[in-house]
Amino acid sequence: MSFTPVLIFFLGGVGMVFAALVVSRLLAPHRPNPLKNTTYECGEEPVGSPWLRFNTRFYVIVLIFLIFDVEVLFLFPWAVNLRELGLFAWVDMAIFIAILMVGLAYVWGKGDLEWIRPRGSSAGSAKGR
Amino acid sequence: MDWFNIIAALVKIVAMIAVVMGLATVLTWVERKQSAVMQDRIGANRADILGLRIIGLFQPIADAIKMITKEDYIPPFGNRWLHMLAPAVAFMPVLLVFAVIPMGPPVEVAGRTVLMQIADIDVGLLYILAFGGLGIYGAVLGGWGSNNKYALLGAIRASAQMISYEVCLGLSLIGAVMIYGTLDLGEMILRQSGNWFEWIPRWGIFVQPLGALLFLPAAIAENKRIPFDLPEAESEIIGYYTEYSGLKCGLFMMTEFIEMVVVSALFTVIFLGGWQVPYLSWDGFHWPWGGMLYLPVLLVKGLEFGALFFKIAVMIYLLTLIRWTLPRFRYDQVMRLGWNYLLPLALLNLAATGVVLVVI
Repeated sequence: MSFTPVLIFFLGGVGMVFAALVVSRLLAPHRPNPLKNTTYECGEEPVGSPWLRFNTRFYVIVLIFLIFDVEVLFLFPWAVNLRELGLFAWVDMAIFIAILMVGLAYVWGKGDLEWIRPRGSSAGSAKGR
Repeated sequence: MDWFNIIAALVKIVAMIAVVMGLATVLTWVERKQSAVMQDRIGANRADILGLRIIGLFQPIADAIKMITKEDYIPPFGNRWLHMLAPAVAFMPVLLVFAVIPMGPPVEVAGRTVLMQIADIDVGLLYILAFGGLGIYGAVLGGWGSNNKYALLGAIRASAQMISYEVCLGLSLIGAVMIYGTLDLGEMILRQSGNWFEWIPRWGIFVQPLGALLFLPAAIAENKRIPFDLPEAESEIIGYYTEYSGLKCGLFMMTEFIEMVVVSALFTVIFLGGWQVPYLSWDGFHWPWGGMLYLPVLLVKGLEFGALFFKIAVMIYLLTLIRWTLPRFRYDQVMRLGWNYLLPLALLNLAATGVVLVVI
């Protein structure tokens, strides 16, 4: 029941965006030309596919995020009730976080949080993975 | 739900959209003027209606008209639907966050208490974090749908940066949640009433100084503004809205300004006591040096509404100052700040708060 106003708010927001886009569609000009229709690359002719290869470190970051974001989710109900639960819950959560911290320390020590690696080490750790 | 609640909800929704859009619109002007002040320029002052200029305050209206009437270019090489969807996907979650932010003290209307938030949700903070997390899809869809190298690079940067700082954002707030023992934002403000040692208001920033200090950079990074504006760094890659023009580009920009209001409002509600005025109780000021000043109830309510908007304005001003003062970080610096500094500090804050709470 308490989410009903959110739904109305959502519909109102969508309506507002939609109305603005429709008005813009009616008022704005539409004159494509071959030059305008090329990919914008600061005036250069685009070369190759835009689906470029990206650094694998982004992927590692996503993996670390998955672990820690779930942790944050677990922390919220615990945080709300900590006063009633007392010391036992605190120790519980400390153990849980300590285990996760081992993971963070591993990633940190492995150099995956370093965006720029020294030249020699990158080949070595790539082999190790 | 009876008629009273439905009408109250509708009025609140309309008022909220008006306030938020109004604040965001004025913000475009504030940002220009602030940059002008800091760079010793005059700033936007030419827009006028029938010769009336009032220091350029009509500039946002001129901007809006310009954006609506500019060509809305849809790249033929990209994904048409994703490209059209992305600005709305970026905009909606940020707007929906305001459903749970209390914009004033509870008010008595016709014998009933009306809360100044659209939806009275118990898990308000979780709701905000959830919708804040959705905001990332706008950037990713925009970059992906444009099928442009710069845009895709910007989208990748945006996603990595936003998920990194989302962890810190959540963790920095947990300390405050532990102290207040609730996720309801209206309830949080109520629990920040009263004073410490008679003098210091029991606000989040005094109870959780480290949490507040960690929340601000994490929130600015989520907001993707300078010094964390790598996803849309104009001078190196143009960012995930490279291929956008007209109103859709305007929607992305509006999103950024509304996010500023979100960050300021959240900081105000969680760390600055929301609508609480120091020493002000329901019947007037109770000075810590003894004595009190009686005020009529209506004036007290007015002061509390004013206090909330004053605090939000101060926070927005602080954000603009930061934006025009600091240079952009390098990407490795952004990542190092997030994972190697903010995250351990946030966990430390958590542990310390827990010890204090459990022991005392």
